[in-house]
Amino acid sequence: MKKTLCLLLALVMVVGMLAGCGSNAGNSADNETAAPANNDGNPTFKIGSSGPLTGGAAIYGTAVMNAARIAVDEINAMDGIHFEFQAQDDEADSGDKAINAYNTLMDWGMQVMVGTVTSGSGITVSAQAFQDRTFMLTPSGSSVDVIKDKDNAFQVCFTDPNQGTGSADYIAEHFPGAKVAVIYRNDDAYSQGIRDTFVAELAAKGLTLEYEGTFTADTATDFSVQLTAAQSAGADMLFLPIYYQPAAVILQQANQMGYAPTFFGVDGMDGILTLENFDTSLAEGVYLLTPFSADADDARTQAFVAEYQKRYGEVPNQFAADGYDAVYIVKAALEAAGCTPDMSAAEICEALIKVMPTITVDGITGEGMTWAATGEVSKAPMAVVIKDGVYVTPEN
Amino acid sequence: MKFLAYLISGISLGSVYAIIALGYTMVYGIAKMLNFAHGDVIMIGGYISFIAANYLGLPTLVSVIVAMAVCTILGVVIEGLAYRPLRSAPSLAVLITAIGVSYLLQNSALLIWGANPKSYTPVVSGTLHLFDGQLTISYVSLLTIVACIVIMIALTLFTGRTKMGKAMRACSEDKGAAQLMGINVNRTISLTFAIGSALAAIAGALLCSFSPTLMPTTGSMPGIKAFTAAVFGGIGSIPGAFLGGILLGVIESLARGYISTQLSNSIVFAVLIVVLLVRPAGLLGKYVPEKV
Repeated sequence: MKKTLCLLLALVMVVGMLAGCGSNAGNSADNETAAPANNDGNPTFKIGSSGPLTGGAAIYGTAVMNAARIAVDEINAMDGIHFEFQAQDDEADSGDKAINAYNTLMDWGMQVMVGTVTSGSGITVSAQAFQDRTFMLTPSGSSVDVIKDKDNAFQVCFTDPNQGTGSADYIAEHFPGAKVAVIYRNDDAYSQGIRDTFVAELAAKGLTLEYEGTFTADTATDFSVQLTAAQSAGADMLFLPIYYQPAAVILQQANQMGYAPTFFGVDGMDGILTLENFDTSLAEGVYLLTPFSADADDARTQAFVAEYQKRYGEVPNQFAADGYDAVYIVKAALEAAGCTPDMSAAEICEALIKVMPTITVDGITGEGMTWAATGEVSKAPMAVVIKDGVYVTPEN
Repeated sequence: MKFLAYLISGISLGSVYAIIALGYTMVYGIAKMLNFAHGDVIMIGGYISFIAANYLGLPTLVSVIVAMAVCTILGVVIEGLAYRPLRSAPSLAVLITAIGVSYLLQNSALLIWGANPKSYTPVVSGTLHLFDGQLTISYVSLLTIVACIVIMIALTLFTGRTKMGKAMRACSEDKGAAQLMGINVNRTISLTFAIGSALAAIAGALLCSFSPTLMPTTGSMPGIKAFTAAVFGGIGSIPGAFLGGILLGVIESLARGYISTQLSNSIVFAVLIVVLLVRPAGLLGKYVPEKV
């Protein structure tokens, strides 16, 4: 009842907002004379992004937006294509908050969408963007459903099935004979998607699954039962295809009961070290699959990490890296397609769909990224382990 | 051994529900209103003790006492500003106001402390190992169970034996008659809110020790579960809230362990429906027939 009331109030607010700007919203997207050209005469495109800037997943949205701003500023300091960037909050909601954020961006005149940040809202928004013919490149919405049957949607991160398969392969290779247990959130497309392919690949590799526990958004506060069951099943490897907030609770509760398996997470585990007041010693030895490691020694990653630390005072996570790459990928695609800022969002969309499968982009989340026409990216997942509070490449 | 482990985790989870449910039931029993903002007062209590312990460097016990003081004031202020003017309004208006206060608190917390979760340091750490380490019980669980029992007994004695407690029971039975007997109804209800909110602060500290991720929405789901527990045990009854909370926790835990982790919530609520069908006033609630 609380939720219904909340949605109702949000709806009233949004209707009010739309009514307020109704007079000029409709034509601004295709108003060609208003196409922005900045003082230097560089062609300037309007790119927008939506993601959780408040709420439990805010760390992801904030990271993507922060990094995207760095990329935009870097690009605007160069000659060639320039960008105007706007970020909207969708609170990682898969309902009308996601659509509202998207509509606000469209009313602003967005030509290319660098979003969404999370899978749930991505599925909702990509369906709408598919109808509107808006090109959409999600930095971190990793569910297959975000790009499925939508020729306009592409991903920077690898998909959930790839994460599940990649994790199972990694465990099979580096921990032969591991007794694996899984705890996943079964009311979440992201978690369920990874778990499904993980379990299938694990069986294919001949490893046994000792225990499988689930939880939902409402029961994410107590894992003692699942942990007890995993422990008594004799599992020494606990796979956690979940976000870091419940993972932090699991680490703490496992520690309290004296259960110490090897924990293995995926990209959602990223962020656990920045959780305020979290005892990072609990995360010591936790493995996670991520395409980005802030301690990598190539010049571009180091420059990005230094700039991010200077501006926002923290080490960028993998979501930030995805957001940074996404802006550069859009730039590369716009250049390859020869788009001009006076083109409408729909025209740009058709042009970009044609060039995406042909371009190759080097980013900080992977060298030589290429895309299939389905929207899936091709790059190798890599595992890191947490040692002394930082990600390092595992030795074995 | 697995059964014992599930049972203990159920009882300690249930104790958290029970402490929250005691706050619900106190307010309902005396002021006859559902204070839906109770869960959010718990969240505020969690944040205050977090800040006192981590930013001001106060010892754990002191930080919980600070949180209790702040929550007590908060509870009395909420009651005075939001609920007192509606004393003679229809109960639906008060209910909606309570939901409004709940959102106000949640969003204020979002503004003040931001959306990023904070990791709460448990008030006690460590684990008790029994039977050669086959059974482990965290000290937090033990503390929660003990605190819950102590609070339940203290509240029962308070309402049963003291003059203020007597005044509370009088208000609960008939506000008009109580006023005629010289009882200050407004002050009694304020006191009820003060006690309920101080309990919320303790519940906040224990809840966050149990499940250490502190967010502006931390209080909402446990609040709803505890409300269920209060109805289960018979809303308005103090031992009922205790019993309801413990049973809810144990059923949830055993259902999760032996039947299905997915269905545990459904099973809890199915049991609630069955209990309410058989005993409409809850397990220990008094069924008062209304003469028309």
